[in-house]
Amino acid sequence: MPEVPAPLTRADVMHVAQLARLAITESEAELFTEQLAVILDHANDVASLDIDSVVPTAHPLPLVNAFRKDEVRPSVDRDEVLRTAPDALDHRFRVPKILGDS
Amino acid sequence: MTAHEVSRGYEIVVGLEVHCELATNTKLFCGCANQFGSEPNTNICPVCLGLPGSLPVLNERAVEFALRVGEAFNFDVPERSVFHRKNYFYPDMPKNFQTSQYDEPICSEGTLDVDGVTIRITRAHLEEDTGKSTHVGGDGGRIHGADHSLIDYNRAGVPLLEIVSEPDIRSAEQAARYVEELRATLLAIGVSDVKMEEGSMRVDANVSVRLVGATEFGKRCEVKNMNSIRSVRRAVAYEAERQIDLITSGERIMQETRHWNEDDGRTHSMRSKEEAFDYRYFPEPDLVPVEPTAEMRSLVRSQMPELPAAKRERLIDAWAITEHDARVIVDVPGLAEYAEAAVAVLGGGTPKDIVNWLTGDFLGFLNETGTKLDDSNLRPAGLAELVGMVVGGSISRNQGKDVMADALRSGEAPVAIVAARGIAQVSDAGALSGVLEVVFAANVDALDAYRSGDDKMKKKKRGFLMGEAMKATKGDGNPQLLNQLLDQMLEAL
Repeated sequence: MPEVPAPLTRADVMHVAQLARLAITESEAELFTEQLAVILDHANDVASLDIDSVVPTAHPLPLVNAFRKDEVRPSVDRDEVLRTAPDALDHRFRVPKILGDS
Repeated sequence: MTAHEVSRGYEIVVGLEVHCELATNTKLFCGCANQFGSEPNTNICPVCLGLPGSLPVLNERAVEFALRVGEAFNFDVPERSVFHRKNYFYPDMPKNFQTSQYDEPICSEGTLDVDGVTIRITRAHLEEDTGKSTHVGGDGGRIHGADHSLIDYNRAGVPLLEIVSEPDIRSAEQAARYVEELRATLLAIGVSDVKMEEGSMRVDANVSVRLVGATEFGKRCEVKNMNSIRSVRRAVAYEAERQIDLITSGERIMQETRHWNEDDGRTHSMRSKEEAFDYRYFPEPDLVPVEPTAEMRSLVRSQMPELPAAKRERLIDAWAITEHDARVIVDVPGLAEYAEAAVAVLGGGTPKDIVNWLTGDFLGFLNETGTKLDDSNLRPAGLAELVGMVVGGSISRNQGKDVMADALRSGEAPVAIVAARGIAQVSDAGALSGVLEVVFAANVDALDAYRSGDDKMKKKKRGFLMGEAMKATKGDGNPQLLNQLLDQMLEAL
């Protein structure tokens, strides 16, 4: 049985927001800490059940092996795609300076 | 060349992560062409661009190739494997996640034998490759200091198989040999073209060191950017020494990613502060699980070619060739088949003769001229013909070399070249005796020294006279016959 995790803190919420690149306000952080705690409580309820005999569900549909033949299909028009991009240069997508993990 | 290297009392511990691009026609989840070197952004579609509403469909051939890898490296192929999303923000993946496999990979627990040592392979999993970023402005195309980056998504979505070894490797040489064996096998089973210089095979090394006899692993550094097997060997050796230097001078190893620089022969820290990545893997809801069926697996099994290690062993036994020659023959794609075709029509000589000619002048010519084996003008039957003429004595070895060079350049059959140029080994005893008489007359001093000398001197002078005689025939004299005649004439002195 998995350990019951420590209660959700505001710092956790800020970390998740950072991972998702979301700029949230102080009051949103408060609100989401409460709301996410409720969801996690529910997850903890589920985690407290004995589910050793239950196979993990990877997908809700009872389907496996949905394959495609290895045959080339036409790609889309480059100029058309690049026109919809915020910026492009030399037939490539131009993106702003990539920053480190700061 | 050692499998277990100890330096200043420390042993090297290496685990390797090898990414190889699968040689499918199309990408992993869409029908865009999987092609190296296309014009930027010409092999893209809504799926590999991650446009909203697009849905991935798994490429059947990529699964088949993964199963072949499973067979080749004695992997367990679990009944079921699933795809996960690996979430991160970086413009090389337009979806902001990479579709990969996490806790249920398609292959787990395999092995690879490297020079008699079994290296365990933890897993092999399918994932999609990322796009190619070019960092503009700043220093040498690196991210640091760049002004902006340009992205080509042709590679985004190309099928990759990531093959992760256990930390079982104990020397830089063994790391290089592991990659060599892995590469040869992947090539033989036809799943990847494994060109390290083009990036279709990429190797990252987790390197740590520990005191001999220690049971715990040391802090490890991940070394990236090794573009050849030679650089794997150099980078691992350098990184291990760097770590031992730090430890023996009382400093600590920082767990970090380091970049191998081929030019200065060092590894460099890529980030000052390594943040533990939080990829928040979760099952990809748009893809259903893969459950390889018995039919799929037996089809793959029936298509498996002979693996390089088995082929080498067979050729060493059957042809009485050296381990080294077998390695050369088996490692050059198609060369073993070429040699076997020549051996099959051998008209004189042995398989070893064929191998000697192939690994010598023949490969030399291909390498010098950049000719592909398939495009070579000299075909297996022609080589067998040539070897037959040399072994049969109708042309000399040196003449054979000339004929081979000519055949490789012109595409003429060796027999035709020999006939047209009137090349023939002088095997006429009368003519060769005449040559020897002239040589004797011109080297009276040498003959005197032979006559009065001890065995050592006799041997030396005999060799000299033989050389002079071969020179006089311009290399066309039949060496066996010439030797025989020389002995007779020396005895008669």
